[in-house]
Amino acid sequence: MKVGVVTFPGTLDDRDAARAVRFAGAQAVALWHADSDLHGVDAVILPGGFSYGDYLRCGAISRFAPVMQTIITRAGEGMPLLGICNGFQVLCEAHLLPGALTRNSELHFLCRDQKISIENNKTAWTSSYSQGEEIVIPLKNGEGSFQCDDATLARLEGDGRIVARYVGENPNGSRNLIAGITNERGNIVGLMPHPEHAIDSLTGPSDQGLGFFTSVLTAMVNK
Amino acid sequence: MAKIVVDVMLKPEILDPQGTAVAAALPRLGFSFAQSVRQGKRFEIEIEGEPTVEQLAQVEKAAETLLANPVIETFTVRVEK
Repeated sequence: MKVGVVTFPGTLDDRDAARAVRFAGAQAVALWHADSDLHGVDAVILPGGFSYGDYLRCGAISRFAPVMQTIITRAGEGMPLLGICNGFQVLCEAHLLPGALTRNSELHFLCRDQKISIENNKTAWTSSYSQGEEIVIPLKNGEGSFQCDDATLARLEGDGRIVARYVGENPNGSRNLIAGITNERGNIVGLMPHPEHAIDSLTGPSDQGLGFFTSVLTAMVNK
Repeated sequence: MAKIVVDVMLKPEILDPQGTAVAAALPRLGFSFAQSVRQGKRFEIEIEGEPTVEQLAQVEKAAETLLANPVIETFTVRVEK
């Protein structure tokens, strides 16, 4: 099984994401932003970083990269797609997920181990977790405050599309402590904290992030 | 040559921590006039000659697609002589 990991100019976390894919037991395939071919992958990860220097708005320019046009089409057909941090910002800019990520409420860049709860374990990326499970994975961003209008928030809450919430104090001013959301179909997930940095306890705060990557293998097997 | 200016602002209901930080800094410098501050972006686009209706429509389209994110921002387009 092949999982593609996209590299834009300025992407940082593509290697860790590829390593997490391999740890989970799949083959990681490097995808280049300027190449619209997905090279036969079954799922795609948009990793974290500062694509295009975060110029204009985070993710605003990446959204129009050639690789994104194919990804948008395939995700619309049901291909699992995970955006982490900057990848989440790209998904919102591409209107694959509602809302937007804005400057942290306290203006600081945050880098810490963060406890989150899995609020929806029915998505392609969270089925390895139990409902309500609490995990600790790194959070590192400057623009991670999830914002949307009241109607969108009510729809996300009502349809169970909140995938993960921060536990404890709100780190960045996100509405309703939202750390991650999904689309109606559950194949596209955007997540602000970084599961790919927490796949073994030697190099991360825990191994509790690995579940995102084992989940997508299950989703592809059961397809 | 004409200059087309696109101003982009966060929607009023969206939290603007940068504007809030500026508002907090002003009184520290003795400027006590500001009740609140919102921070936005300004794009200056130079074009050859006077803009046509069609060009302005294209700028509107570009502003809506790329320069602003309509989910959280509003924008205005105007021509500056």
